[in-house]
Amino acid sequence: MQQSRTTEIVTGAFVLFGFAALFFLVTQITNKEFTAGGAGYSLLANFENIGSLKVGAPVSMSGVTVGRVESISYDMQQYKAVVSMHIDAKYNRIPDDSDASIMTAGLLGGQYIGVTAGGSDQYFKEGGKFAIVQDALVLENLINQLVASFAGKKSDSAEETKK
Amino acid sequence: MLNSSPTTPNLVEIRDVYYSVGGRDIFKGLTLNVPRGKITAIMGPSGTGKTTLLRLITGQIRPTRGQVLVDDQDVSKLSRRALYALRQRMGMLFQNGALLTDMSVFENVAFPVREHTDLPESLIRNLVLTKLQAVGLRGAYKLMPHELSGGMARRVALARAMVRDPHLLIYDEPFAGLDPISMGVILRLLRNVNDALAITSIVVSHDVDEIAQVADLSYILAGGKVVASGTPKALKEDQSGLVRQFMNGLPDGPVPFHYPADDYFKELLA
Amino acid sequence: MFKALTKLLGNAVAAFGAITWFLLRILSQVPRALLRPGLVIHQIHNAGALSLVIIMTCGLFVGMVLGLQGYDMLERFGSESSLGSAAALALVKELGPVVAALLFAGRAGTALASEIGLMRATDQLVAMEIMAVDPFRHVVAPRFLGGVIALPLLTMIFIAIGIFGVQLVGVQQLGVDQGTFWSQMRGSVEVDDVMQGLIKGCVFGVACSLIAVYEGYVAEPTAEGVGRATTRTVVNSAVMTLILDYMITAVML
Repeated sequence: MQQSRTTEIVTGAFVLFGFAALFFLVTQITNKEFTAGGAGYSLLANFENIGSLKVGAPVSMSGVTVGRVESISYDMQQYKAVVSMHIDAKYNRIPDDSDASIMTAGLLGGQYIGVTAGGSDQYFKEGGKFAIVQDALVLENLINQLVASFAGKKSDSAEETKK
Repeated sequence: MLNSSPTTPNLVEIRDVYYSVGGRDIFKGLTLNVPRGKITAIMGPSGTGKTTLLRLITGQIRPTRGQVLVDDQDVSKLSRRALYALRQRMGMLFQNGALLTDMSVFENVAFPVREHTDLPESLIRNLVLTKLQAVGLRGAYKLMPHELSGGMARRVALARAMVRDPHLLIYDEPFAGLDPISMGVILRLLRNVNDALAITSIVVSHDVDEIAQVADLSYILAGGKVVASGTPKALKEDQSGLVRQFMNGLPDGPVPFHYPADDYFKELLA
Repeated sequence: MFKALTKLLGNAVAAFGAITWFLLRILSQVPRALLRPGLVIHQIHNAGALSLVIIMTCGLFVGMVLGLQGYDMLERFGSESSLGSAAALALVKELGPVVAALLFAGRAGTALASEIGLMRATDQLVAMEIMAVDPFRHVVAPRFLGGVIALPLLTMIFIAIGIFGVQLVGVQQLGVDQGTFWSQMRGSVEVDDVMQGLIKGCVFGVACSLIAVYEGYVAEPTAEGVGRATTRTVVNSAVMTLILDYMITAVML
């Protein structure tokens, strides 16, 4: 009987220890200030190109996370990407002429949506839609543009020397 | 016959059983009866399927053909539940005791009781200590199985096998590897348990002399069949080749000394 | 050659089928096994608490090595400040669950397999059958459950200790800033990552425990048979863990 009691105590301590470790991992090494699915409202935005934006990416205003990307789909009427965002309830005074842009954290970091407040005194409500948007910068396009403009200049200068 | 009253004289009836494993025939038309309240011995040279017979009776395996009746129930046709119900009325003593290694002697004997009943602890205690007293090991109830000698382990296993007062007690090689004293103890217990509890016992063994002291009826198996049966005394006097060879331990006879081989001289000269 | 190959394939499929039946038989006994929590607690103790020392020791050293190597590698790109996030992600998503499962197979899995194999070899399992006690309920299911519960917990402990090890080397010894270390880690590790590690721990727990009890149960009832069963337990658990790891990662990324 004594032996089984010791076993029970040791086992209990082990299980508690395991759950403590799980609790530590969830609360201490993750950024769990905001969880999608809490009270809040949804906003929509249409983009030509969302780059590598993923569900769960942060929506931030001046660097503060105010929400998360909830879903991403493709609109076959307008041929645009539709991004739905879940905004935390306490950020309920976002002007309805604010703009949303897809930005990159750091040089090669993950992408997120940056919202810049507008000047309207009307605020976004559930289901509101951003009118002004800016697409993701795609590195290949940037490089292509750069190469094109560079090549253009080069041919210009070549023509000049011909003359 | 199948629906006869439970007072049929035989507790176990093996009827024309065929069994083969891996293409090798173990039984070819085995028929034998185990009468109620008696000690029946199953003997035979090694490899004749004595242990297989026990596995048939306890429903661990099913015969290819034929019937195995225990208490008028065909074991091979029972559902798992019915088989388990039947097994609750059986007790079996294994060659090495087969005590559960992580439990004390007391808990081992209490195990079947705890598993199948909800008796209060005080009653379980009385029951277990009574059975341990019967095998003379009440003082050892605290020991763990690894602290027991071979003979003691077998006695504890016997206490466990009879703790729920079974109708049928099966002994698999109960004398193998025991010193003469332990052997005597087991022999006496075998007889006493059978008579005191009015149960039926089946003993598988090839210790001819020991069996002769206790068995009411003996069967000798060979070649997948019963080759002789009767009281041990009658068998001793049987003059047919194989029985005589087996009962007297002669090295050569119908069971050949030599494993089948090509001609000795031919092989040597090759 | 072709014949041998088909035979091998046939054997593999047959083994898979046998182990699936085995799992179903265990699962059918799980509710009744749970009615006797004492047995399951005893097995959590055997599989979990007794593996704690080896899990913690190895977790600490894996973390410390990760700190050294991670720092050395990241320093070449001038980004040793992300040591926290790199090491934590590696531990949470891959190293923790996999290494914990391998250690579990070596420590608890072999113990399970040899214990059940010995019970088979000494007729204890048959004796239970004869006593009308299903060994699946009394022996196999509690051991399986014990392993399934223990491994995810061990995995979490391994990861937590591992991060402590990384921190020990990275921050205390190599001088990565404490605040940067933790904030970088928090910035990149998501709750989903921890959940992925937990799910892996659970899946590996099922796989390793199942393999261990299966190998023990079907072991040949001889000394060599039990020895072979423990060997097969370690080998099969390791291979299965890595295959499953790839599959889960592919599905969840």
